[in-house]
Amino acid sequence: MSEHNYQPKSKFGKWFNDRLPLLTLANHLTDYPTPKNLNYWWTFGGILTFCLITQIITGLVLAMHYIAHADMAFNSVEHIMRDVNYGWLIRYIHANGASMFFLAVYIHIFRSLFYGSYKSPREIIWILGIIIYLLMMAAAFMGYVLPWGQMSFWGATVITNLFSAIPLVGESITTWLWGGYSVDNPTLTRFFTLHYLIPFLILGLVVLHIWALHIPGNNNPIGIDIKKPSKETVSFHPYIVVKDLFALLLFTILFAAFVFYSPNILGHADNYIEANPLVTPAHIVPEWYLLPFYAILRSVPDKLMGVIAMLSAIFILAALPWLDTSKVRSAVFRPLYKQFYWILVADVLILGYVGAMPAEGLYLLVARIGTAYYFAHFLIILPVLGKIEKTSPLPLSITEPIMGGSLNAVPTRIRENSQKL
Amino acid sequence: MSDQKKVNRRDFIYTASTVVGVVGVGAAAWPLIDQMNPDASVKALATTEVDISLVKPGQSITVLWRGKPVFIKRRTENEISEAKSVSLNELKHPEKDEDRAANPEWLVMLGVCTHLGCVPLADKGDYNGWFCPCHGSHYDTSGRIRKGPAPTNLEIPRYEFVNSNTIKIG
Repeated sequence: MSEHNYQPKSKFGKWFNDRLPLLTLANHLTDYPTPKNLNYWWTFGGILTFCLITQIITGLVLAMHYIAHADMAFNSVEHIMRDVNYGWLIRYIHANGASMFFLAVYIHIFRSLFYGSYKSPREIIWILGIIIYLLMMAAAFMGYVLPWGQMSFWGATVITNLFSAIPLVGESITTWLWGGYSVDNPTLTRFFTLHYLIPFLILGLVVLHIWALHIPGNNNPIGIDIKKPSKETVSFHPYIVVKDLFALLLFTILFAAFVFYSPNILGHADNYIEANPLVTPAHIVPEWYLLPFYAILRSVPDKLMGVIAMLSAIFILAALPWLDTSKVRSAVFRPLYKQFYWILVADVLILGYVGAMPAEGLYLLVARIGTAYYFAHFLIILPVLGKIEKTSPLPLSITEPIMGGSLNAVPTRIRENSQKL
Repeated sequence: MSDQKKVNRRDFIYTASTVVGVVGVGAAAWPLIDQMNPDASVKALATTEVDISLVKPGQSITVLWRGKPVFIKRRTENEISEAKSVSLNELKHPEKDEDRAANPEWLVMLGVCTHLGCVPLADKGDYNGWFCPCHGSHYDTSGRIRKGPAPTNLEIPRYEFVNSNTIKIG
């Protein structure tokens, strides 16, 4: 935001830019100073943008062939798979694209957790991110309903019934959501409409997310504030653009492996059976990316409390910048936090695993311990840890630990000088 | 409004126009919200008549009413006595069997788990009644919740015997 004195070279460019400063914006985006130590965990912002655009384009095309009606939706999806030119490809990209989107967003979130990117002055970026994540879950859920298979129907039934846990008005709210007394055609048509709308809301929030990012600039692996622009930074183009593109290339290889070699491995066979309101599949499981929250829902034996626990598990993330009391951002310099971080990663993976298993016996016990730990991490461990943890000394700049091999500032400079001689 | 500052005409105009604005926006929003509620064609399907002459003791049938499954179970003597013998303080949602099945031989209830709306499976679970496969709720031979996350008993819809062979639900 410091290069506002930009002047286009051509006469027309200047004329245009004086009226609508798009060229100033383009210049800001290319010259945007970025910490030069960003590692590959920082490439997922670009990957996520790619995922969003992919979902919007493939979704737009699918909507040209899909019919949102309870009697026709299932067959129209089969029509896309069998009759429409490249329909199978476009649908498989869209369906697996949702999973890839969530894979990337989880890496993006956990990168932020490790390097403390949610901390001051980046709280708003983080909260916008959480809202985007919530909208992603809503879009993914409604999209999963559209093929009108057994999992679509019963997934929709279970999730919309979560609202019936609200005291007094719960039943009226579920009826209102359904547009009837059960999930049926009115539910399908409104889900289709909202599924089409939400990606554009996400797109708008992504613009705000990036805008908010460009005020303080990127965090970096050592988490210290740096002067921008300076010798500590490189311009976004070409350095970060090329790095992002290389990471994107690797990511699309994984993406393509799913689309071409195992397009159904992340789905459920039950969803190739048309929706039947009289028969619930023996084992209802949400898509993999919602499993940890599903495990939390099922670990609480009370309906209302289960729903509250599940929603709190998501909303607690929004309060994270204030729950984490440590002033040091990066886990690199927080020896205890680093360990608790990996325990949290393991905890979420375990919750995901038991979320896919039947809710009984040992699985239920593990889910309960995992749920308790998840909340303890945010409500007890993080606030206390910030007060008692003895952090390692922070380097004064990005180059210092690399050039000097020491975290201590003064001897480093001396050694640097002696090497030059 | 602080007490030393006199309420003047402009304050009145601000407040009055805000109130009118809010009422106007609310009135305009209501049709947009209410259109999502069940429409006339959905409400019109409010009753269903079912022929039960072929159901033998111990058997049950499932019919669709307002898009939801309804269980019609002809209970055996054992099942009836089991349901009646339970004392009310053992129950999470205490209801007498007599209040749930006016004619004890016929139990008519919504086949919708009160937890999150799955269809429970018949003749399964720890209480020989119904068992919901989704999140493990167990119901007894009267459809009352005994174990698991569901908060209430399976719901009894409004129904009547039109004659000895026909039930009208709704």
